[in-house]
Amino acid sequence: MKLLVRGGRVVDPSSGVDEVADLLIEDGAVARRAPKIAPPRGVEVLEAEGQVVAPGLIDIHVHLREPGHEYKETVRTGTLAAAAGGFTAVACMANTEPVNDNRSVTEHILAEAGRHGFARVYPIGAVSKGLKGEELAEIGEMVAAGVVAFSDDGKPVAHPELMRRALLYAQHFGVRIVQHAQDMELTGKGVMHEGEWSTRLGLAGIPGLAEDLMVGRDLLLLEETGGRYHVAHLSTARSLDLVRQAKRRGLDATCEVTPHHLLLTDREVGERSFSTNLKMNPPLRTEADRQALLAGLADGTIDAIASDHAPHHADEKDQEFGSAPFGIVGLETTLALCLDRLVRPGIITLSRLIELLSSGPARVFGLPGGSLAVGSPGDVTIFQLDRQHTVRAAAFRSKGRNTPFDGWKLRGKPTQTVLGGRVVALA
Amino acid sequence: MPPVWNRKDLLGIADLGRDEIELILNTAESMREVGERPIKKVPTLRGKTVMNLFFEASTRTRSSFEIAEKRLSADNLNFSTAGSSLEKGESLIDTAMNLQAMAPDLVVIRHKHAGVPHMLARRLKAGVVNAGDGAHEHPTQALLDAFTIRQKKGRIAGLKVAIVGDIEHSRVVRSNIHLLTRLGAQVTVAAPRTLMPVEIGRMGVRVAHDLADAIAGADVVMMLRIQLERGARVAFPSVREYFNLFGLTVERLKRAKPDVIIMHPGPMNRGVEISSEVADGPYSVILDQVTNGVAVRMAVLYLCSGAHLEAS
Repeated sequence: MKLLVRGGRVVDPSSGVDEVADLLIEDGAVARRAPKIAPPRGVEVLEAEGQVVAPGLIDIHVHLREPGHEYKETVRTGTLAAAAGGFTAVACMANTEPVNDNRSVTEHILAEAGRHGFARVYPIGAVSKGLKGEELAEIGEMVAAGVVAFSDDGKPVAHPELMRRALLYAQHFGVRIVQHAQDMELTGKGVMHEGEWSTRLGLAGIPGLAEDLMVGRDLLLLEETGGRYHVAHLSTARSLDLVRQAKRRGLDATCEVTPHHLLLTDREVGERSFSTNLKMNPPLRTEADRQALLAGLADGTIDAIASDHAPHHADEKDQEFGSAPFGIVGLETTLALCLDRLVRPGIITLSRLIELLSSGPARVFGLPGGSLAVGSPGDVTIFQLDRQHTVRAAAFRSKGRNTPFDGWKLRGKPTQTVLGGRVVALA
Repeated sequence: MPPVWNRKDLLGIADLGRDEIELILNTAESMREVGERPIKKVPTLRGKTVMNLFFEASTRTRSSFEIAEKRLSADNLNFSTAGSSLEKGESLIDTAMNLQAMAPDLVVIRHKHAGVPHMLARRLKAGVVNAGDGAHEHPTQALLDAFTIRQKKGRIAGLKVAIVGDIEHSRVVRSNIHLLTRLGAQVTVAAPRTLMPVEIGRMGVRVAHDLADAIAGADVVMMLRIQLERGARVAFPSVREYFNLFGLTVERLKRAKPDVIIMHPGPMNRGVEISSEVADGPYSVILDQVTNGVAVRMAVLYLCSGAHLEAS
């Protein structure tokens, strides 16, 4: 099976390429890139003129909700949403029901993913059995079954001794521990960032310190244990600075940020009068935090942009702000938001954005892909830079419609994804 | 041109302009007179239905709204959560839509969660009056406080107002900050550091951590209850120590202006935030606040019902 992606602007940060070229994919892998490739016999041709051809995008923080919460999302609808948003691979979190803390759950998720084939799925396993924060889950067994990293996401690994053990034990398998960094004591009953706006709105606050304290603690542990550590959905200026310093000291610490923390602040909760689509964890922070994150994108401290795609049923979000669950969907808006709000105003270059969405996340978890170098997986994302469109939550492929970006007018839109040399049809 | 009220809802003071606040206060002046008649009833809201939805316990505010509704000749219905469909697992929105189907003209709501009146106002055709949402706003309380201050002092602009107590958990303080600063008062808030919400200075108030400093030269001192049930218990070691630091006594009050007035939104905890000598003393206007509450709520119900537009 051969596919020729013809005439597009190939942007591949991993090989320093940004040029108009043809790309030939054979047997599921990138076979050749050249200014002009004569179509071999029997090749399928995908015209990409006027469009950007990038390595298939990878979202390393997604909740597919299956097994257990299929009313929110399934592997099928979640991967359809991924493909529609320009992602060819997602890493899915372990807080399902049952929890992905053993190989049978991992195998179930992978079987579902294989059956539908809209995007690659890389399961993340639980650090602790049942996400209880007590005993280590069967990390080795799960790695053998295909798990790529470990996290109790949704909850922190709160106990320092458990985190120390996890960082040590994971080194046997070369996998990374992903922390949902949040001190639950300091969080209390908080539902939004603790600051001017929680004060104005009379809502219980989650201080930035709740994140900083956990990141700081973990980095001290990491210095003792060695190993690999990753901060999920990093949201504060100070946590970012802690990671920056840790990298300078040579620790293997990485971090991701979400589009919503890059684009929105706590003020929005007041301006949109308690909309529950602004309730997420970590909460939207201050403008100073937001500016620090933007600087972290540009200076290389941030390794990846990840959506923390967290679908919920409409009825669950249609509650009092204090009672509604945390989280928003992101797979179908991430690329367009980043193109329109980060690249177009010149905060980062197109090449840096693609890095943050492909080779960056691939490096964090040691995944194949994220590159269009010859021999890489034939995963490609094609998008139009200038195509104007309006975000319509009602038209999402995801079951979740919980987005604060509904109605936003954006320029830049994915048009096709290619998975292992096969054009993904959005049925 | 006289100011016009064209809102169906009163959700908070934060949204109101100075003109709108003054319109409510002036309307309340004429409503107050109704309460002084031998027959305390006018036909203003005859044929209108008002639902009182109190999802959180209330004695004073609820009674005050009920009396206001009755004095305006509205038909009213009281709904409380105990034994209701909400306890059977119905969502708030479903409850509200069911009540809407009975076509009330106005809904008065109190809820423990901030933002609930705003959420209902987006869905209901009926006007929504916020009777207290979490620690967010309690607009009719701030309005009756302002009405009382105006009654006693003749003005609000230029007055020094100290608000002392559990600032963190208080919706009354937030509504009062919006209202009093908008009408030109200088507001100081005072609390132990553990009960002071972060960055409250950005709401345009002076922040004090010492009672004497807060009430020095004050024209008005407003005391707030310590809301132990909302988590204030962990904010200081004991009630005795709190009273020693922040309790209002006759001795401490000497630092205020000689004609200072003392206010409290109730319920009061004597010996915790205020001594009985102060609460019952000559400068206390606490019961006037309660009386004025009825007039202010009559004004709010009247304006939100749109009756003033139908008449003209």
